[in-house]
Amino acid sequence: MFLEFFYALRAEGIPVAIQEWMMLMKALEIGQHASSLMSFYNLSRACLVKSETYFDSFDRVFASVFHGVEGKLSVSDELMQWLENPINFKELTDEQRAALEMLTSDELMRRYLEILEEQTERHDGGGKWIGTGGRSPFGHSGTHPTGIRVGGTSTNRSAMKIAEDRRYRNYRTDVTLDLRQTKVALKRLRRLTRSGPATELDLEETISETCRNGGDIELIFRSEHRNNVRLLLLMDVGGTMDPHFWPVSRLLTALHEEHGLREFRTYYFHNCIYEELYQDAWLFQDSAIPTGDLMRHYDERWKVVLVGDAAMHPYELMGLRGNINPRLESRTRGIDWLRRIDDHFQRAVWINPEPPDYWQRTQTANVIRSIFPMFQLTVDGIEQAVSVLIGARRAAAAG
Amino acid sequence: MTETPHKRGFNHFKGTAGYIASDELMEAVNCAIALERPLLIKGEPGTGKTLLAKHIAEALGMPMESWHVKSTSKASEGLYVYDTIQRLNDARFGDGDVGDIRAYIKLGPLGRTFKAEERHVLLIDEIDKADMEFPNDLLLELDEMRFTVMETGDEISAKQRPVVIITSNNEKELPDAFLRRCIFHFIDFPDVELMKQIIGVHHPNLDAALLDQVLIKFYWLRGQNELRKKPSTSELIDWISALLRSGVTRSRLEAHIPFLGSLLKNEQDTESLLDYTSKDGSIPRRWEDLGPKFNQ
Repeated sequence: MFLEFFYALRAEGIPVAIQEWMMLMKALEIGQHASSLMSFYNLSRACLVKSETYFDSFDRVFASVFHGVEGKLSVSDELMQWLENPINFKELTDEQRAALEMLTSDELMRRYLEILEEQTERHDGGGKWIGTGGRSPFGHSGTHPTGIRVGGTSTNRSAMKIAEDRRYRNYRTDVTLDLRQTKVALKRLRRLTRSGPATELDLEETISETCRNGGDIELIFRSEHRNNVRLLLLMDVGGTMDPHFWPVSRLLTALHEEHGLREFRTYYFHNCIYEELYQDAWLFQDSAIPTGDLMRHYDERWKVVLVGDAAMHPYELMGLRGNINPRLESRTRGIDWLRRIDDHFQRAVWINPEPPDYWQRTQTANVIRSIFPMFQLTVDGIEQAVSVLIGARRAAAAG
Repeated sequence: MTETPHKRGFNHFKGTAGYIASDELMEAVNCAIALERPLLIKGEPGTGKTLLAKHIAEALGMPMESWHVKSTSKASEGLYVYDTIQRLNDARFGDGDVGDIRAYIKLGPLGRTFKAEERHVLLIDEIDKADMEFPNDLLLELDEMRFTVMETGDEISAKQRPVVIITSNNEKELPDAFLRRCIFHFIDFPDVELMKQIIGVHHPNLDAALLDQVLIKFYWLRGQNELRKKPSTSELIDWISALLRSGVTRSRLEAHIPFLGSLLKNEQDTESLLDYTSKDGSIPRRWEDLGPKFNQ
């Protein structure tokens, strides 16, 4: 059961390492007062989980692994004291000791639970139990499971209840998105490089060179350290994007406040990109610039983020007169404009505020997904999008 | 039976009169103390992460050393700084004994706690402010609690392993190798009951009915998704101070949120709330108005 817990956590995607597992075992060994499932819950979470974003996953695993255990975990004080006293192990022979160490922690846990059941059945027979339990492995070799041994007398809240409550659902990174989390996700959009002429005085090097030089001042210069990432944001506005106003606005705010970027520009479009893009979100005609100019203006090193739900009438994407604004008749299909953008820029991603299962049901989203890698507007999605923008070069434009 | 069971184990920290700690937090603190591992504390701003270290020190009767990390901080500064400028200055102008390098080695917070005779609480505050590599540079020092002064070859190792408390505001992801060595605790935003206790510490004589009104408004504000920055515990406490000084009455508080500026720190947030009330949006008066989450 114990190891099952460990593997269940890993299967759920929580990065638990052996080192942390051993830390928990040690904590259980030392913390012998720990007397309830509740404190085992607290302890294991503190040792094994290192980010609140995994708390919800942890709760679910804990609830499923330890389901039904809680009632059984109740033992008399006498037994607890006995278990806590390692002196009892002295009478073991070396052979027995070796045998004990062979036991896996899984086995320990199973036997432990069996014994617990036995104990509750005949409470007054505790002496015998303890007598035979002289070779009981509990409290031994770093797998002392006493932390979950005793039904707590002082705990009002039950660990099961807490775990099943799933209070940390909101911290899951694949669900919510607030401004701060967005900013953290965007922090990865930094690639610091030193480039350009050596104009900045490197004070530390200067001092250490000067010292080495016996006090004669030796000035050392270096080139400036700056973020080399230029970001171009193309954003769908109006219509089907209106319900997504808040999450999209948070993304925009976060990007604007991300001062690390070397350059950042935003252009807007409605539904799909055609001949023109707009510099303001109201799509006024006087703010329009030709899409072709955009590609002349910004070289292929600019990272492009398209934001939109990719949902439109198929004709708007594939048709020759797709633009839903009849005054702006299009001579090139929307999809061709998108392909041109993808061809021109080295890195481009599409961020979609709708969930992935919705894309699959939307014909146009499926087509667009074959051009740009598409990610959902969540913390995880943004992180993945950023890693596509920044990380190793993508192999193909697979979605 | 050589000793009673309850004296063993690791139940040392139980919160202090000035700091209300949840069971989970106490458990995490005690676990970190017993395992001699750094305790990493995360949580919303204003939930008392930094204060915790002070109160652990107080509760355990240990002296405290703090290291407030800045974006320019380097890991080596926590260990020691070799004051070359001073030495250069002395060499040029003839003050002091330049030959003794040790005189120019200034120990940092980490170095001082290692060298101290007494066990210290060491607070490394806002570790995420520094460079990405900062935590990695401290791995060995925090693991083995010793380091070598390169310039002199002296080894400084901890006489008493300090209780290390590290806070993070989540501005950067911390490296995995570093996380694996820490005990982690996330300070939840306090629920209403805990919040009442916390306020009780700061404003012991607050009228219960007034407190209810205050909390209804506060939790309602926090529940508004439009807000870019949600008010925190420390802002709530400031707000209550402001309310008390102005002698606000319960009836006035029922329909208004006075001194909004101490709760909302963002212009757009204030605007959107004023916008809401000017369009006859109602501000809740009773717990029932806040929905099922608060009425169990």
